[in-house]
Amino acid sequence: MPIDFTLSERDKGLLENIRASALIARKYARYYDEHEESELAPEQLPEAAGFKRPFDEKAHPYNPKTDSGMAVMGMLQTMAQMWGDYAVRLKRQKGGLGNAALQAAGTPDQQKKWGGLTLAMAITEPGCGSDPSRVQTSATLDPKTNEWILNGEKIFVTTGVRAEGVVAWATVDKAAGRAGIKSFLVLKGTPGFTVAKKEKKLGIRGDDTAAYVFDNCRIPRENLLGGKEEVEKEGSGGFKGVMKTFNMTRPGVGAIGLGVAEAALDFTREQLEEAHVDLSYGGSLASQTAIAKKFQDLETLWEASRLTVLRAAWLAEKGKPNNMEASVAKAHAGAAVRRICQGCIEILGTMGVSREHLLEKWLRDCRITDIYEGTGQIQRLIIARTLLDYTREDLK
Amino acid sequence: MISFGMTDEQKAAQDAMRSFSQNVLRPKARSCDEAAKLPEDFLGKAWELGLTMAQIPEKYSGMGSDRSPVTNAIILEELGYGDVPLAVAALAPSLFANAIVDQGTEEQKKTYLPAFCGEKFETGSLALLEPGPLFDLGKLKTTAETSGKEFILKGRKSFVTLGDRASHFLVIAKQGNSRDAFIVPKDAKGLSISGPQKNLGLNAVPFAALELGNVRVPTSARLGGDAGCDVQKIINNSRVALSALMVGLARGVIDYCVPYAKEREAFDEAIAKKQAIAFMLADMHIEVESMRWLTWKAASALEQGRDATKEAHQAFVYAAEKCMWIADNGIQVLGGHGFIREHPVEMWFRNARTVSVLEGAAAV
Repeated sequence: MPIDFTLSERDKGLLENIRASALIARKYARYYDEHEESELAPEQLPEAAGFKRPFDEKAHPYNPKTDSGMAVMGMLQTMAQMWGDYAVRLKRQKGGLGNAALQAAGTPDQQKKWGGLTLAMAITEPGCGSDPSRVQTSATLDPKTNEWILNGEKIFVTTGVRAEGVVAWATVDKAAGRAGIKSFLVLKGTPGFTVAKKEKKLGIRGDDTAAYVFDNCRIPRENLLGGKEEVEKEGSGGFKGVMKTFNMTRPGVGAIGLGVAEAALDFTREQLEEAHVDLSYGGSLASQTAIAKKFQDLETLWEASRLTVLRAAWLAEKGKPNNMEASVAKAHAGAAVRRICQGCIEILGTMGVSREHLLEKWLRDCRITDIYEGTGQIQRLIIARTLLDYTREDLK
Repeated sequence: MISFGMTDEQKAAQDAMRSFSQNVLRPKARSCDEAAKLPEDFLGKAWELGLTMAQIPEKYSGMGSDRSPVTNAIILEELGYGDVPLAVAALAPSLFANAIVDQGTEEQKKTYLPAFCGEKFETGSLALLEPGPLFDLGKLKTTAETSGKEFILKGRKSFVTLGDRASHFLVIAKQGNSRDAFIVPKDAKGLSISGPQKNLGLNAVPFAALELGNVRVPTSARLGGDAGCDVQKIINNSRVALSALMVGLARGVIDYCVPYAKEREAFDEAIAKKQAIAFMLADMHIEVESMRWLTWKAASALEQGRDATKEAHQAFVYAAEKCMWIADNGIQVLGGHGFIREHPVEMWFRNARTVSVLEGAAAV
């Protein structure tokens, strides 16, 4: 298909559907922000019926010649949902980051067995964040019972309270470094596995973040994701396989942040238009007000970021490598959304910090974009290594 | 549907331009900058690429390819990668001819287009920019008054590409409350052409200044005839073309910095192995990607015949800022060597600063 940036009627229909339900979600944005402890499912909210807007697939069947691909639409749909509200969307979501890992690294049998559950992903530990090769949680095989015994602590587990299970990273051989790290599926209720804590955060308060403890937690031998028990002597093939999970989740995280930033831009634009500020494009700097110029720059930054996200997703759906582009998207969006939400507050002044409006919440919600799923700095490391044709050892 | 896929034709055009860039533009770039002159045979050689005549319909002796701003953006990125000033010079005929292809009357097309389809280099030039501070596309100081039978043009224009050898100028002027474009022959009475201007960058391009002192042209000289034309469309085309050139320039800077940073050592290792430098390079790459997609999006809007004002504005403003920023960082990566004229980065820095303020000096 030739270069094109327009949406088909079907694409638009799908997104309008999501926007409509996102508008309802927004009504509960403040509730979840102020009730961090709440595990109330959005389905129990008074207007929950409005969330269900099935798209009429029969009337508008997918046409690969005219409609956008799955991955690209996935990004746009994420943006539209997040534009409504972060918490309501995440709380309604079936499946978590662990499901992406299961898709990427699980065997067909494992995918069939656990694919229907909501799975969290546990990588970070009190002593390691950006460098997951330092994972200390251990998995030891008990050949007598054919069980793995997990021991260790995990923190910052997104959706960790609500999830039905978790994909946890643990090392089977500390001496082997990265090659010794494997991922294991642990179901809630397994003895020795406890949710130790629910974190209190700056933003995305409606989305729970948990800390886990594994204390002699025994799981069946077949819960090793992918099933490959042996530790490769050379290289880090298995580790790299797990890292591939990020090639779709990273642009996705960018899309999440951009949806929040779009809400901030839309709110700011409404206020400026009400105040009769001319925001039209086409002219010269000489005749623009400082406010209009500033706003347009933020809007442009948002568009630039959105395109890097769509580019990474488009490569993925074409089956092309997108490791570097996924990092470009994440790095760009991470920085862009911070600047956009901060800039909108600068434009609206005190109105922007008042809790009467959602702008201050959007600033808090978007701030995590540049941190989780690899900080902006980690993304830059990946981009620079690719650009320079360097290994991890060359540049770290 | 959202797609970033180039057609086979676009890939072929990209390859062809990439080799022209490497073999013709790059080797000449520095000497032309120093001499502040175009190489003797350059315009003829560029003419052989057929950039201008490719998109002129067969009816007017052209090659009849569809007007494709997206393909042009891809081509321009490659030319900009080679050398922006030479690219700007090679494109001057297109910016004049394309405005006529897009918005001219049948009579204007018949009169002016065949001249661009011959074997010899031929050029007209767009005269949009005006001298002095606070140039404003919305408040042009050059005016056109009509007596009903003719238009009288008054004002000054600057940065008119290849103004020294253009046969005609497409003069953008304020007409009542709107803007219009007028085709003015170089020997029109009351028109004086001076130059070349000396500038910070794009030194090889002969830019002229025009003084229009009551230049009289017939009503048929108004682009689009009685209906006039959409000047914003010409500006949008120009902004997208400039953005594409800036993407190429910026990419060239990165491609030069990467091997340099891997080679250059400090404190016992390549400077590229230090995050301070590696992160700068990563940021430069992130921005050049964003610049390209914004440019493609605007080009695609032009191609689909939609109003591309917002997209073109966004692409141009973003590309202008980031191209300058990347060229600026290019010098920083090379340190003192970046300041020395033995390396091209100081030249790219000057070219970036110049091209990014040139609304309307290039349009394809």
